[in-house]
Amino acid sequence: MNPIDALFQRLRSQRRKALIPFLTAGDPDLDATARLARTLAEQGADLLEIGFPYSDPIADGPVIQASYTRALERGVYVEDIFAAVRKFALPHTPLVAMVSYSLIHRRGGEAFLQQAAAAGFSGAIVPDLPWEESETLSRLAAQRDFKLIHLVAPTTPRERARAIAQRSTGFLYCISVTGITGERDRLPSELREQLAWLRSQTDLPLCVGFGISRPEHVHMLRELADGIIVGSAFVRHLEKAGSQPLDTVGAALGELAQTLAAALNPSA
Amino acid sequence: MSSAFANLPDVHGRFGPYGGRYVPETLMPALAQLTAEYDKARHDADFQRELERYLKTYVGRPSLLYFAERLTKEAGGARIYLKREDMNHTGAHKINNCIGQALLAKRMGKPRIIAETGAGQHGVASATAAALFGLSCQVYMGAEDVRRQKLNVFKMKALGATVRPVTSGSQTLRDAINETLRDWMANVTTTHYIIGSVVGPHPFPWMVRDFQAVIGRETRQQCLEQVGRLPDVVVASVGGGSNAAGMFYPFLGDTAVELVGVEAAGRGEKLGDHAATLSYGKPGVLHGSLSYVLQDADGQTAPVHSVSAGLDYPGVGPEHSYWKDCGRVRYTSVRDEEALQAFFMCSRLEGILPALETAHAVSEGMRLAAKRKREDVVVICFSGRGDKDCYEVARLQGEEI
Repeated sequence: MNPIDALFQRLRSQRRKALIPFLTAGDPDLDATARLARTLAEQGADLLEIGFPYSDPIADGPVIQASYTRALERGVYVEDIFAAVRKFALPHTPLVAMVSYSLIHRRGGEAFLQQAAAAGFSGAIVPDLPWEESETLSRLAAQRDFKLIHLVAPTTPRERARAIAQRSTGFLYCISVTGITGERDRLPSELREQLAWLRSQTDLPLCVGFGISRPEHVHMLRELADGIIVGSAFVRHLEKAGSQPLDTVGAALGELAQTLAAALNPSA
Repeated sequence: MSSAFANLPDVHGRFGPYGGRYVPETLMPALAQLTAEYDKARHDADFQRELERYLKTYVGRPSLLYFAERLTKEAGGARIYLKREDMNHTGAHKINNCIGQALLAKRMGKPRIIAETGAGQHGVASATAAALFGLSCQVYMGAEDVRRQKLNVFKMKALGATVRPVTSGSQTLRDAINETLRDWMANVTTTHYIIGSVVGPHPFPWMVRDFQAVIGRETRQQCLEQVGRLPDVVVASVGGGSNAAGMFYPFLGDTAVELVGVEAAGRGEKLGDHAATLSYGKPGVLHGSLSYVLQDADGQTAPVHSVSAGLDYPGVGPEHSYWKDCGRVRYTSVRDEEALQAFFMCSRLEGILPALETAHAVSEGMRLAAKRKREDVVVICFSGRGDKDCYEVARLQGEEI
């Protein structure tokens, strides 16, 4: 069974929710990414999203964008990311690649999936590959039981959301806000309604991302979703890796993971 | 048009394998709405009449097809004609598209428009259309370009637009597009994005080409009237490729007419030294569509260079990629110094200052004319006026204005 399916099956039986932090591969460097990934896995992360730095990330806000720019300036290549991830050795924490279709297209879908799976990724999120363009890659992914996680936005009409949910595997990525990634003070109230409706339409785990950074966001989402994805709030700490020891950065990430995990699964 | 090319893009926004929509899900409903609205508008006689009225009474169309006698003499071959898009209001072809899209924004009930700009021409044209139709307007511009193009920044502000300097990534046109797309994602229900070229996700390449096709339609008609037949060669510069797409499209079915697109060869063939996407690039995904693109081996967008800010772009419209692969259009490139020579030659021989983008087409047009018979006709798409480039050209000449 794909580790992502196994994870959500286990969490559901325990009535627990998944904490999914995001880390940029190669910021500040790939060794640091490996160490920080381990810290997060130890401090409550159930699944990790690993961002592949891309030169033109149109869905990302300033924090992740700046992180990508820092990693690219240091010369992080896709090949190096695969090599580094192969050595992560996190047996209980499935990995999902967050990767622009520009990078996948350049390698070819088949080759990318093969290399990603070999490196230890269990799935991928391709934020600029909407439903209309994803049929081929979805088929290739299904052949190797590699999860291709699709996204639903607040602007997505219901009929379309249904079609997206049908094609998505692993989980469904529910974008909480109309806009780009990055921390927000509050989440829109319509989100509650959309999640409830999606729940009536699909058995896939629903994971919510964009804008989540605080325990009070988590409280709102706990009852409605199967997991939360937190990016910018973690990546923000990577900025400091230039001026602080990595252990300090790791401690800050671990603390945030613990806080969010505790808010997500208070009884655990 | 009796050509298989005429029915493209298909319903998926594809020109052969190129085009499509590689954008975040948040934008997909807006693109679907825009496609549906544009499809209605293009069959709506009232919309077309309104568009024509503004093009005639406000933009000043039709633009002239001018026989450039002294350039012809200098080249010593075919007769050279200039399609004078520089005579349009705001001084370039950009306004054709902006009027069309601003009318669409109004039709969709969207009170706010946003646009990206490199040197500022499309920003000025967008701000102009926004002023004309009472829309609010925000223009994104690379921080470096804001500094270099003070005059256009002032013009945009005077026209009521706000100009947002973009400090992310490479701080150039490419990042201005990224930032405009981000704004659009956050404000998609109230805002229309007027993209400035035949690039981006479907329906933009299609729609922008159609709004610019007035250039080719007029040229075809004027050439028949003035010369009595169609031209032998039509030349246009290609950055994103909107003036070229608009010029070439009505000629696609005229298979005897040779179509030549001119890219920026910059200062050399090395990646980073030029912006000749079709000449040196490979198919890839950038800014929402599949097309030729200048990338590294990983798919990261490469840096580009051209003396002309309007050609300084690492991608190209998907329809150009299709025309290149089919062989219907030939793409070539002109170096910075050749463009600068053409800038001065055209100014001194004809009394017309070309934009540096246009100077690339003039250079190639002269070269092609020189190789042809005296009876032959070469039309150059004279996409814009050179006033905006005077500071840059002076700087390169070591002069201070």
